[in-house]
Amino acid sequence: MLVEQIAVFLENKSGRLAEITAILAENSINIRALSVADTADFGILRLIVDKVEMAKSVLRENGFTVGKTLVVAVEVEDKTGGLARVLKCIKDAGINVEYMYAFVNKTGENAVLIFRFEKMDEAIATLQKEGFTILSREQICSL
Amino acid sequence: MYWQKEQECLARPDLEKLQLQRLAHTLKRVGSNVPFYRNKYSQLHLNPENVTSLEGLRDYPFTSKQDLRDNYPYGLFAVPLRDVVRVHASSGTTGSSTVVGYTRNDIVTWSDMVARILCGAGVTPDDVIQIAFGYGLFTGGFGLHYGAERLGASVIPISSGNTKRQIQIMQDFKTTALVCTPSYALKIADVMMDMGVNPNGLSLRYGLFGAEPWSEAMRQEINSRLGIRATDNYGLSEVMGPGVAGECQECNGLHINEDHFLVELLNPDTLEPVAPGEVGELVLTTLTKEAFPVIRYRTRDLTRLLPEPCPCGRTFVRMSRMLGRSDDMLIIKGVNVFPTQIEAILFDIEGTEPHYRLIVERENNEDKLTVMVEVVESIFFDEMKKQKALVETIKKRLASELGVGVEIKLVEERSLERFNGKAARVIDKRQL
Repeated sequence: MLVEQIAVFLENKSGRLAEITAILAENSINIRALSVADTADFGILRLIVDKVEMAKSVLRENGFTVGKTLVVAVEVEDKTGGLARVLKCIKDAGINVEYMYAFVNKTGENAVLIFRFEKMDEAIATLQKEGFTILSREQICSL
Repeated sequence: MYWQKEQECLARPDLEKLQLQRLAHTLKRVGSNVPFYRNKYSQLHLNPENVTSLEGLRDYPFTSKQDLRDNYPYGLFAVPLRDVVRVHASSGTTGSSTVVGYTRNDIVTWSDMVARILCGAGVTPDDVIQIAFGYGLFTGGFGLHYGAERLGASVIPISSGNTKRQIQIMQDFKTTALVCTPSYALKIADVMMDMGVNPNGLSLRYGLFGAEPWSEAMRQEINSRLGIRATDNYGLSEVMGPGVAGECQECNGLHINEDHFLVELLNPDTLEPVAPGEVGELVLTTLTKEAFPVIRYRTRDLTRLLPEPCPCGRTFVRMSRMLGRSDDMLIIKGVNVFPTQIEAILFDIEGTEPHYRLIVERENNEDKLTVMVEVVESIFFDEMKKQKALVETIKKRLASELGVGVEIKLVEERSLERFNGKAARVIDKRQL
């Protein structure tokens, strides 16, 4: 039920993001989704890619600090209120969201929400009980 | 003009005779009372009874800061704790801190030496002296305080920080003499300007500055901006604290209180005496300290001796202002900081050999130390909250270890150049 996400430490200097995406492209690694959290000094790049281990090792070889985290991918219809319903259910269960980001899949019908929750297992159980579609690692890779 | 004229102007032959007497006594005392010295001397077959000239001291081993750390806290005290009335210590935790003690007599001697420095700088019992050094384990505040009281000046023990209040007090209490670090004096001048306070309207006449290196250019700037006469003074807690040496009103070198300290100036590599007039490391032996005598202490401060007689009449040798260090110690806002202290904390947090760089700058007359830390996996998080918390943790632990605040900048792995020498990890951009 959990999807692997890689995180990369970035100093706020020009060209770093371009460099990372170039490295991934050279190695035929596909980025499914990404988000950047930043402060004035540094940023944390989070990526969902099709080849996690390979992405990790090529980025490391190129001198980047890379971490791996488990996140939850929830699929909702790309309609008004889709995200709101998920968040309401999480809020009602008293669970905090550490961070989230989203992307719309190729067909354009569904949106995929990537979550890191404070309590991952509890969040998954709650979402499943409410009937939300949680994507597996394979499903994400094949999107 | 003088506090103890008879001693301060003692003819050199008489001074040397007194020094030899006191040296022999000190060596005998440490040899019998302090196991650290006793063991060393017996291993080297040194008998303090045989010291018949000042040069005889050259057979004796040096004492280093590490020796003081290894004997933390009371290992080098030469009297029982019952006789100790005061303890001071450097910043740092067990393993990096050094502790020194004073008997009742030591406090009197210390106060007299500080009173000499104050008198030399022009301070009299009629002066109102504002002591803006930190009071606490640091010797600066209490050292100057006791000396100024001994002299009979009116002491304002305001301690460090809160610049606006310093200026307010200076105005209201009609302060005539200011004691702080030279960079803080300039900071005070800056804040006065911001507050619209005209230094010419103050009663301030003298400034006694120490605890960090400065330059003649800084002196000129302080003098003209604050309308005072600034003098330099020198000391270190391991040897006593402030009052080891100070400038007279000639403002041309610091007289070392040679009746209480034996001075050597050595090449830090060969440990041989330097030729007259050359730069060397100051090595001091205490001649009268009771609780914490120290033999051939390597101060790591580089200076030059000025043997020519001083027009002020004092016979004590002068040394130039401090010209640098023979180790990698940094002085940040008057606080001594060793890169190894920072390294140890980073190692503890990261669990691996840290890669870091120290950047020292002076912004608006205030020192700023930035620690650049390479982010390795053990300290990298996907959550911003945790990453920021890590920065705070490093900041807090370093501030508590060093006794001075630092900035932390996280940088990418392998982005800092690799050096073999530790000193290369420090980039000091300060221009004094």
